[in-house]
Amino acid sequence: MKKHLLAIAAAAVAASLLTVGQAQADTLEKIKSSGVITLGVRESSGLSYTLGNGKYVGFHTEMAEHIISDLQKQLGLAKLETKYQPVTSQNRVPLVTNGTVDLECGSTTNNTARQKDVAFAVTTYVEEVRMAVKASSAIASIKDLNGKTVATTTGTTSVQTLRKNERASGLNFKEVYGKDHADSFLMVETGRADAFVMDGSILAANISKAKNPTDFKIVGEVLSVEPIACMLRKDDPAFKKAVDDSIKRQIADGSLAKLYDKWFMQPVPPTNTKIGLPLSEATKNAWANPNDKPMEDYAKK
Amino acid sequence: MSWDWQVFCEDTLEHQAVPGCFGKGGDITYLDWLLSAWGWTVSVSLLALALALVLGAVIGTLRTLERRRVVVGLCNAWVELFRNIPLLVQIFLWYHVLPTFFPVLQGVPGFVLVVFALGFFTSARIAEQVRAGIQALPRGQRYAGLAVGFTTFQAYRYVLLPMAFRIIIPPLTSETMNIFKNSSVAFAVSVAELTMFAMQAQEETSRGIEVYLAVTALYVISAFAINRIMAFVEKRARVPGMVAASGGGH
Repeated sequence: MKKHLLAIAAAAVAASLLTVGQAQADTLEKIKSSGVITLGVRESSGLSYTLGNGKYVGFHTEMAEHIISDLQKQLGLAKLETKYQPVTSQNRVPLVTNGTVDLECGSTTNNTARQKDVAFAVTTYVEEVRMAVKASSAIASIKDLNGKTVATTTGTTSVQTLRKNERASGLNFKEVYGKDHADSFLMVETGRADAFVMDGSILAANISKAKNPTDFKIVGEVLSVEPIACMLRKDDPAFKKAVDDSIKRQIADGSLAKLYDKWFMQPVPPTNTKIGLPLSEATKNAWANPNDKPMEDYAKK
Repeated sequence: MSWDWQVFCEDTLEHQAVPGCFGKGGDITYLDWLLSAWGWTVSVSLLALALALVLGAVIGTLRTLERRRVVVGLCNAWVELFRNIPLLVQIFLWYHVLPTFFPVLQGVPGFVLVVFALGFFTSARIAEQVRAGIQALPRGQRYAGLAVGFTTFQAYRYVLLPMAFRIIIPPLTSETMNIFKNSSVAFAVSVAELTMFAMQAQEETSRGIEVYLAVTALYVISAFAINRIMAFVEKRARVPGMVAASGGGH
């Protein structure tokens, strides 16, 4: 269980650093004077992942690289070095607040709880939580889950989504929790669970990597909508404006749509399989009206 | 980022603080959840410990039999099998691999599988300690027992084991504390114990540091409680002049 000990140790170190003093608020100045920007990335998420050997790719990672080159132009730097810092869902917020990471573009949901500690750039991807079942399954909606076993992954917001839906619909189903997405998916594959409730992009990615992708399908209504955005330090309006402007520029000139096509509709490394998840209406709306509204505002609609 | 211990009083659906910190009418707060998670951790650990002590004592003893090659060989195989495979891998073998060969295991809850996996893993380690305890005794003791007319069973029951068990209480104490800490692997097969609570609650509340500190405290309390119990046993079972240091009797 070294991983957890590490997470605890990292959290403790982060806590002690926090008390020493908040990191510099002026990130642009820090980047300019040091000539280095630290980008927070994920190791295995649908939007940002590693190919090994310190190489990080994905829709959000590549978008962040474009943001960084825009920052470089804005600051008039001849050379700007990008340091990649892998983060986990446990340590990403402390690492941003304590100054280790300047910009985190992984798969972080913008919600009000996190907005107390950090700021978010405009939403660049809207995640819809749905469920994956076997192609032969009769389950087509959350109503069909009564008496069934439902898998989801420990440490994700989907666990809470599932709990809320169970309460609201008066259904009764058994929940099982995989330790990671591959594990949860395996439970559906081996018949231990009847459905896997998770972010649509993660479901699509897992299905595309399955032995036989046609054995599975994504069904049912959208259970929860989560805006995913790059995370940066709070109270740094100049840096936030620079990042937002770059994203808006990428939306306006169509390069973000091209990136989406590249990472979701074309074969992607490491296995060269297609994820095949067309751009959703919700994401299109977010691009049409760039905003940094938290998840709670989406639920109200 | 400042401390916010109030987070444990929030209910798990709407994140509203509940007066009194305990949920009512089917709603639960994070404090309720934390305590139930502690209950799972303690249940897994104690059941696995009971299984490990019984199996470990039997197998460790059998490994010291003389002129019983097959029995000794089988018991050695048991120890090496369960000792040489990482615990997390064993849990996965129980949960995902064995059910493909024995479909009946598919219906067994993760909780039961974890108790067996953790119990067997720890039994291998306890067996090794029991064997070491018995072999630490001078061989003359066994022969003296047999010479006064004891059967092999009686020689073990009245001469060897009472001394061997007293010798191994200290390493056994570490093992009982380890089982509490190792029980955290149960999260991997969907048992809602403390580690799973920590991972899930920190994600939902964004108060990871408070959650991890609370969980750490409960692990420390559990492991220390078992430590005190073992210290009590050690003290009560002590026989003057029979402890390892002076019990050699050469």
